[in-house]
Amino acid sequence: MPETETQVRELTLGEAVREAIAEEMRRDPRVVLMGEDVAEAGTAFKVLTGMVEEFGKDRIIDTPISEPGFTGIGVGAAMTGLRPVVDIMFGDFMTLIMDQIVNQAAKVHYMSGGKWKVPMVLRTTMGGGRRSAAQHSQSLHAWPSHVPGLKVVLPSTPYDAKGLMKTAIRDDNPVIIFEDKMMYRLKGPVPVEEYTIPFGVADVKRVGRDITIVATSSMVQVALGAAKLLDEAGISAEVIDPRTTWPLDEKTLIESVKKTSRAIVVDEGYHRYGVTAEIASVMAEGAFYNLDKPIKRMGAMHVPIPFSPPLEDATIPTERSVFEMAKELCS
Amino acid sequence: MTTTPTPERSGAEIGVEKLLRMYRQMTAIRLFEERANDLYLRALMPGLTHLYEGEEAVAVGICEALRPDDYVTSTHRGHGHCLAKGAVPNLMFAELLGKEAGYCRGKGGSMHIADPATGNLGANAIVGGSTGIATGAAFASKRLGNGRVCICFFGEGALGQGVLYEVMNIASLWKLPVIYVCENNMYNEYTHYSETTAGDILARPAAFGIPAESVDGQDVRGVHLTAKAFVERARQGKGPGFLLCNTYRYRGHHVGDIKRDYYRTKEEEQQWMEQRDPIRRLANWMIEQGLTDRAALDRIDAELKTQMDAAVEFAINAPYPTPDEVEQDVYA
Repeated sequence: MPETETQVRELTLGEAVREAIAEEMRRDPRVVLMGEDVAEAGTAFKVLTGMVEEFGKDRIIDTPISEPGFTGIGVGAAMTGLRPVVDIMFGDFMTLIMDQIVNQAAKVHYMSGGKWKVPMVLRTTMGGGRRSAAQHSQSLHAWPSHVPGLKVVLPSTPYDAKGLMKTAIRDDNPVIIFEDKMMYRLKGPVPVEEYTIPFGVADVKRVGRDITIVATSSMVQVALGAAKLLDEAGISAEVIDPRTTWPLDEKTLIESVKKTSRAIVVDEGYHRYGVTAEIASVMAEGAFYNLDKPIKRMGAMHVPIPFSPPLEDATIPTERSVFEMAKELCS
Repeated sequence: MTTTPTPERSGAEIGVEKLLRMYRQMTAIRLFEERANDLYLRALMPGLTHLYEGEEAVAVGICEALRPDDYVTSTHRGHGHCLAKGAVPNLMFAELLGKEAGYCRGKGGSMHIADPATGNLGANAIVGGSTGIATGAAFASKRLGNGRVCICFFGEGALGQGVLYEVMNIASLWKLPVIYVCENNMYNEYTHYSETTAGDILARPAAFGIPAESVDGQDVRGVHLTAKAFVERARQGKGPGFLLCNTYRYRGHHVGDIKRDYYRTKEEEQQWMEQRDPIRRLANWMIEQGLTDRAALDRIDAELKTQMDAAVEFAINAPYPTPDEVEQDVYA
């Protein structure tokens, strides 16, 4: 093996997540992982297959179906010397753990005058398109993004998923990571060599001139697809992924829209009062005099995610709908 | 629940030094709470506070069974737990008044006092809100092999919260060194617990295979000896315990709750204060046994009063945090 060249291989997003957690567990004996069916089952999405064989059942810990209970245990364990990764199978179950996250984890450090810390990672899923209906398809990352004391991470590529997970595990704050469950098999280049990705640094996924498309998680691939279509129509789109909704890289977002003077924000969370509203507002305030058109927001429709495929497909932005919106803005 | 005094457990084996320390701690909590109430009445304290008077034997009897590095989680009625675990009154009062010198730099207040130095994981203003944290601390203790035990204090109102049963189930499965201490002061805020609590309380931990005992929470010697056995058992790796302490809240739900006749009678309050007061009971017993005399106890009382008054003065004179602190400590 050459020592100087950076080795890169293709990994799926799921494999990148697993590799990140495994590396951190080898590096730091304080890291433990707990959740429902995480050990032999390797999670419902098989993301953690093989982990229990390497780290044993003392560190890859199956819990009862008690989300508030084991999330609370994660908070207490984080305060007292461990660095737990808590696995919440579906992001929809955020509803069950809100007290532990919002009233406990997020506030412990501040309420104690900075004396206690909660170095905990909570990884969960988001995203529709899996025909899982209204209670297993939501993207609720706007909720924790609203709460001071939490950091919220949304990886969109295997490279980002690995680097951001490693940063999350090393962070001294509660960090919530939403992984799009439809993207676990998405492949992408990941260096063999160790790396981390800092929070609050957006990634320009594609450079462009005419319009900025800010997209998160599942919507990054959608935005890149739309950008390709736009290219064919003679419109050059810049695609930016903030990667973390908090901390938010306001500077990169504002600079981009200053350059393009048009923007769309696309996110799979509900449109109303969503992440898109915050990002659009940040950009509008920062680049008001550079804007040629009002900033447009695209999110999930304001309906419970339906089961029937033609209905579900209508609720989430697509390459085509983003393309149409961008074309209209650039006309 | 009966208000008839239960027979006192023998406490001779506790030793006079420990007994006097428990007398001192209970008296300190009583005097602290009297002054907290006074600060409220004098409009010197922002907000409200929930007083622990009447329940002192629970916190003191239990914390006396702990090592300094053991953990506690506390409740909205938490001053007693914090003091019993080693908090100092001047920093407590400073926190109650929102001063920078307070345990949480004034950012937590009465319901959120926390202090790593004394193993206090924090008081918690969500009923049952610290049950997960307590069980998590026990989980970490076991995983790290540091021999620490965690006491999870909660009121009987928390018996209505589902998360308590989730963590008791897990603590039993994983044999975690946590002791769930239910302080039954008989009132969920303004409602008698019999209106909110079905069946037998001790049957609940029993359903998870957690050893459980009920004690007279006004008898500090009984509380202490029972807690000691649970703590030793937990430290030996034998798993969680559940201690039901039957006690009474002398004052209202909070300092502003002064008109209480719609939910309990003056006679009931009177009976608990006159016949079962935990401080007087311990004092009388020690004097009867010839372990101390009234004069010695009076000297302790006087010394504590001076200390508490000085602590109040310290807090009143301490500066507030400056507004530029507001954004500090949101993130570590």
